[in-house]
Amino acid sequence: MPRELTQNRIQKIWIPSKDDKPSMPRISHGGPHLANPPTVIVMVGLPARGKTYISKKLTRYLNWIGIPTKVFNVGEYRREAVKHYSSYDFFKSDNEDAVKIRQQCALAALRDVKTYLTEEEGQVAVFDATNTTRERRDMILEFGAVNDFKIFFIESLCDDPNVIATNILEVKVSCPDYQDCNKTDAMEDFKKRIECYRMNYQPLDPDQYDRNLSFIKVIDVGRRFLVNRIRDHIQSRIVYYLMNIHVQPRSIYLCRHGESLHNQQGRLGGDSGLSTRGRKFAGALAKFVEEQNLKDLKVWTSQLRRSIQTAEALNVPYEQWKALNEIDGGVCEEMTYEEVRERFPEEFALRDQDKYYYRYPSGESYQDLVQRVEPVIMELERHENVLVICHQAVMRCLLAYFLDKSADEMPYLKCPLHTVLKLTPVAYGCKVESISLNVEAVNTHRDKPEDVKRGPSTLIRRNSVTPLTSPESNKKPRMEGLEDTIFREVTPTQLTLCSPSHTTLALSTQNLKKCSTECHEPPQLCL
Amino acid sequence: MSTEQKELTQTPLLKIWVPGMGSSLGQRRGSSRPQFTNCPTMIVMVGLPARGKTYISKKLTRYLNWIGVPTQVFNLGQYRREVVQTYKNYEFFRPDNEEAMKIRRSCATNALKDIANYFTKEQGQVAVFDATNTTRERRGVIISFAKERGYKVFFIESVCDDLEIIEENIMQVKLSSPDYENYDKEEALVDFLKRIDCYKLSYVPLDEEKDRHLSFIKIFNVGSRYLVNHVQDHIQSRIVYYLMNIHVTPRSIYLSRHGESELNLLGRIGGDSGLSSQGLKYAKALAEFIRGQSIKDLKVWSSHMKRTIQTAEALGVPYEQWKALNEIDAGVCEEMMYEEIQATHPEEFALRDQDKYRYRYPKGESYEDLVHRLEPVIMELERQENVLVICHQAVMRCLLAYFLDKSADDLPYLKCPLHTVLKLTPLAYGCKVESFYLNIQAVNTHRDRPPNVNIARKTEEALQTVPEHQ
Repeated sequence: MPRELTQNRIQKIWIPSKDDKPSMPRISHGGPHLANPPTVIVMVGLPARGKTYISKKLTRYLNWIGIPTKVFNVGEYRREAVKHYSSYDFFKSDNEDAVKIRQQCALAALRDVKTYLTEEEGQVAVFDATNTTRERRDMILEFGAVNDFKIFFIESLCDDPNVIATNILEVKVSCPDYQDCNKTDAMEDFKKRIECYRMNYQPLDPDQYDRNLSFIKVIDVGRRFLVNRIRDHIQSRIVYYLMNIHVQPRSIYLCRHGESLHNQQGRLGGDSGLSTRGRKFAGALAKFVEEQNLKDLKVWTSQLRRSIQTAEALNVPYEQWKALNEIDGGVCEEMTYEEVRERFPEEFALRDQDKYYYRYPSGESYQDLVQRVEPVIMELERHENVLVICHQAVMRCLLAYFLDKSADEMPYLKCPLHTVLKLTPVAYGCKVESISLNVEAVNTHRDKPEDVKRGPSTLIRRNSVTPLTSPESNKKPRMEGLEDTIFREVTPTQLTLCSPSHTTLALSTQNLKKCSTECHEPPQLCL
Repeated sequence: MSTEQKELTQTPLLKIWVPGMGSSLGQRRGSSRPQFTNCPTMIVMVGLPARGKTYISKKLTRYLNWIGVPTQVFNLGQYRREVVQTYKNYEFFRPDNEEAMKIRRSCATNALKDIANYFTKEQGQVAVFDATNTTRERRGVIISFAKERGYKVFFIESVCDDLEIIEENIMQVKLSSPDYENYDKEEALVDFLKRIDCYKLSYVPLDEEKDRHLSFIKIFNVGSRYLVNHVQDHIQSRIVYYLMNIHVTPRSIYLSRHGESELNLLGRIGGDSGLSSQGLKYAKALAEFIRGQSIKDLKVWSSHMKRTIQTAEALGVPYEQWKALNEIDAGVCEEMMYEEIQATHPEEFALRDQDKYRYRYPKGESYEDLVHRLEPVIMELERQENVLVICHQAVMRCLLAYFLDKSADDLPYLKCPLHTVLKLTPLAYGCKVESFYLNIQAVNTHRDRPPNVNIARKTEEALQTVPEHQ
């Protein structure tokens, strides 16, 4: 006899009734078997080839589609072990002490990878380092085989001196290693650093040595790709993502439709038109767009009337996406929050308990929305300047992707009416400018109520999406056995190469130590 | 900046908001079709014979048409067979056969002419030029042709040196071609191999360096490696993704609906009811059937709705729930009987019969919406091997239309009765279908298109084809 089914209260998922608890043996834990067993993505490439950029962006994407992913940047481990960077001499292949330290940093990072994947429920670890020698890669493959991890290599190849120079200026000269250097000196030193690696660089060889490995070579910032032996769904998705991203400067503008008649009445969902103020906003938006003076702006709307009315005022072609429609409120559509509280008090309370997973009866949840909106994200990556005129919940989903926000934070992100968010990629992250167009509107934001208790834990199913924030990189990476070698690198002669203006050695060291702990901020990271 | 804005009205069939009083979708700034590309694209196959070019051409065309991009294959071999009525032997393909060369060149010209016609007069968006195209010269001709007319070109080259695979290909699709009607198998194989040799001498593969300005994908050894160069737009990116997900490992896909539901019995559409007693019987019969098939590593997928989950539960194996497999959302008509829809929304009911594929229920979905929703499911089905999909009538029609290459017109009327499993097995260039009725009685839920679809029709005419129910 098939088991009786009940629908769990928050997510409205049908489950066998005896087990109204999270883990269900029959419902398979692996929707489209996203990452089973765990995967280690191994970056490969000379310095300044965009490895860290790719690592962080890919990690953000994977976390947003619900795959717990974390970056392990070996450069950070090295900076922990060698508190002060003196010069490129550290990277010379005949510098035995340094070679030992670097080896141990890599091992420490791999140890942490193992912990993340086996004890912390991670599914994908991104090992961000040059990994330019066969010896190093063979060591990683061995590590993968021993622990039953899949290994996927991403190699970035680029010989365009302009691209390299731009990279160095954007993210290297401002990194902790070059705190005390001026730009020119930093640039010079870094170029010599690259040369240290180049001599021993053995690119992946698809014809012979590496023909059985799974990897993608990204050539000339995405102009060309060589893809070898994709073995599962997650590798296929990663390849698709990498082939769609680009580094052209551009901005993405997110805004909601103008204030609608339903907004004014405090009603949710529905398909009403704009209020007078909403129409005023549409006009203001048109003016704003004109003033931005953009090349080739694409405009996207949902298929709901209020967003289309807003777009119409711009007097330019626009594309309607059903995927951008507001979250479906099911039986609660067009009700006011008061009416919902009156007629469906239990539902009302459940939503506050877990707003991300909560699915309206016969409607949708934020979790459903994220899955629905994923093709829009992929298309946004392909394009350049885009204005997306959408809705509150949808905008929160999109924003969570760009700003690396978790499922917990997403339903409470502030996306007020009549405000445009301008997102511009910069270094490893995203700059946000919030521009209010100065047209009055109601406030539709509901904060999380104070007295709400989290209900029974929700079912995590892998084919339903649950965005995570990319975890903090290991601030204090464990560096066992390295204490005795830590300060060996600091010598007066090497210091002066970098910082002619600094006089006192002791003082400098102290300053640098202080600075290096302050500088664990997103943009300044390098190898 | 004017504060006066044209009022929007919603088109009755597609439920799309457009400016002005007219229901014309023609002149408006908003487009509701996803913009895959802004100009026609020629996909040009490249490769020696028996490298899977026609297989890829047909499969890709089927996929693009299903997702709504009008696509057509132009197979040069067919043009040649029109002109040279009987194939003698491989000597036709010898590079020193001047007369044959002239014929072959003129066939290519005709095919290109037809492609131009397809784009300009038949609203085609993608044309797949299926031929060997193994020389720089031939490819140069195509590139100039496209450049003159503003078409984009994307090359798909299939490279394979595994003799086993090549011989398998020849056995599967060449020996049965019209060319070899009067040959016996061994002779045909020998002749075909000599044919391949004729091409080998002048074959110049696409080159990473020399062809770096072209957009192409090189597929090595049936997908173990790909080289992708200069993808220009969305459609090319989708094509690359599709090609990287398909495989040729033998497998079967089983499609079935949930067991009969309580709402089915009452003749009501949609909703989220449980199985009726007959439905429960079916679930058990399905379990037995699956066991009997002895399928290796079968994956089972269901939707999020109670009736498919109950059916899956009876199998006693792990299964995965996909929201994307949920039945079409009938919006305001959810849980109504057809008689009720006719009574309360006669106009909507008529519009649906007029264009069942594009018709969107008020506050609901259309079959067209369903196809977009199901695309990730299809992509994953391509990646997988043996899969059983337990879904719903409209959803199953969409999936079936993809596998059997059915048009948008045919799709909403495909027969997907309850309590019947369809087993699909890829074969040669298509798909073999076996239908298994598990002998458990169920109501019929199939409603044919009635003869009168006019809005002004009488109730009896509207309800003429409604199947019986309680």
